[in-house]
Amino acid sequence: MSLKDIKKEFPIFSNKIQNNDLVYLDSANSSQKPQVVVDRIYDFYTKEFSNVGRSIHYLAVAATNLYENTRTLVQKYINAKDKNEIVFTKGATEAINLVANTFGQKYLKEGDEILLTELEHHSNYVPWHYLRKSKGVKIKFAEMDENGDVTLETIEKNITDKTKIIAITHLSNVTGAILPVKEITKLAHSKNIPVLIDGCQGAPHLKLDMQDLDCDFYAISCHKMYGPTGLGILYAKKKWLEELPPYQGGGGMIREVKKEGITFGELPNKYEAGTMATAQVIAFGESIKFINKIGIENIEKHERELTVYGEEVLRKNNSVKLIGNPKDKGSVLSFTLDGVHPHDIATILDEDGVAIRAGHHCCQILHEKLGLSATARASLGVYNTKEDLDQLNESLNKCKKIFS
Amino acid sequence: MDLKELYQEIILDHGKNPRNLGKFENFNKDAEGYNPLCGDKVHVYLKLNEDKEIEDISFEGHGCAISMASASIMTELMKDKKNPEVKEILNDFLDMIKQSPELKSQLIKEDEKTKLMSLSGVKRYPMRVKCATIAWHALASAMDYKKDEDNSEKFI
Repeated sequence: MSLKDIKKEFPIFSNKIQNNDLVYLDSANSSQKPQVVVDRIYDFYTKEFSNVGRSIHYLAVAATNLYENTRTLVQKYINAKDKNEIVFTKGATEAINLVANTFGQKYLKEGDEILLTELEHHSNYVPWHYLRKSKGVKIKFAEMDENGDVTLETIEKNITDKTKIIAITHLSNVTGAILPVKEITKLAHSKNIPVLIDGCQGAPHLKLDMQDLDCDFYAISCHKMYGPTGLGILYAKKKWLEELPPYQGGGGMIREVKKEGITFGELPNKYEAGTMATAQVIAFGESIKFINKIGIENIEKHERELTVYGEEVLRKNNSVKLIGNPKDKGSVLSFTLDGVHPHDIATILDEDGVAIRAGHHCCQILHEKLGLSATARASLGVYNTKEDLDQLNESLNKCKKIFS
Repeated sequence: MDLKELYQEIILDHGKNPRNLGKFENFNKDAEGYNPLCGDKVHVYLKLNEDKEIEDISFEGHGCAISMASASIMTELMKDKKNPEVKEILNDFLDMIKQSPELKSQLIKEDEKTKLMSLSGVKRYPMRVKCATIAWHALASAMDYKKDEDNSEKFI
């Protein structure tokens, strides 16, 4: 599939949004959906619907196969060793909560340390915060430097003999910094510390190889990678999924239930209690196929070119200040505009059909460090073009004019 | 055009040069308004006398042009006003921002109405209504007004 006409694959771009062509620059928040994904949801509900993993009638068996097919597609896509290392969750947030909760319950005690970074999204801080109260653990934040990066050296400096787990972002949703996650994992493993990677921004933009990366846990948000909402993925090494206790209890995750006690099911059922987001899982299979058709390497190349172009355009605009200048940057352009609050920027851009995000982007620790209450953020997806970024710049000039 | 309606001269002026900005020394009541969605904060300071008259009023905070302009216009208007007039004006403003096409209170002079009505453009932008009301909610807490149980949009 060629990148040239890729917008045509996404039905949202064929509609006018408030009489404008949509310039969608909010993919770090959530990506748009290709027609194949939308159709798959419709087809499943109209022709194939049944619950999975329970009944033995024709539709139930077929639906179960479709559901498990996506698990295999994901396994191959991220090169996990075993398909049972893929756990479906209701989002990346739940994936991280699952690990914080079960790992915390089994392994953490008072005085233990959890190492995060100042770049983390609230979803990779708040779940760990609960362990402060319940377990008395300490949370440390590896510092962000002036470029919006967190280096391997800073991580190393913050590791102590009390560090029990390291949880870091793959790609910052504000500064765009791509962290040296492979090197960090290697370092952590040399000290017997497991690593969780928040891959919400990594998975949609970068080629993943779990066996090469060797991390213990990797959280994915499906709606950010051209998939449906209400679905996330936890990749975890099999040994962890076997060792850790179940997260939620309910139907589907048990082996035998008696009045005196319960035994739990095998992987991956152990972590998938209750009726799962079946249609979303099946439709997400189409998202993976869609990405594979273009090739994640081609998506990455396209987005990196656009990021560089966007930076060039915005740097030429004297009133714009880019936030973050990391060594390795992906798909995110955060900025401020002299004399105009990010919310006012977002409202004025919206009038031209340019959709960006303004605010703290669920990263208040990072914004406090920057000394800013809010920033504006343009974030990229496969469907964006240089023309989109030119329109962004033009609309920013309109903001300046209104506020001059 | 909608944007011109939203960003009128009065708003741009008050947004850029907010009146009554900064904490003053002898305040005796204060409260903070916070919008968790965007992180905007407006802290309102009052000097209230025994008759519940606002002898002095100011605000501190950071936020968009709308929230700063609204706080600025509100502090100008509320100075020397007394309870229950403050409550009447406050409820009238909140009603206008959310639904009513006009301000109804006789306590608001025509030139003051023009200033307040300049904020009515946010009606077209539901996500921005909170920006226009954040300072007013902080004032309501500083005045110890409570939400009406039957109408959560109204203070009693």
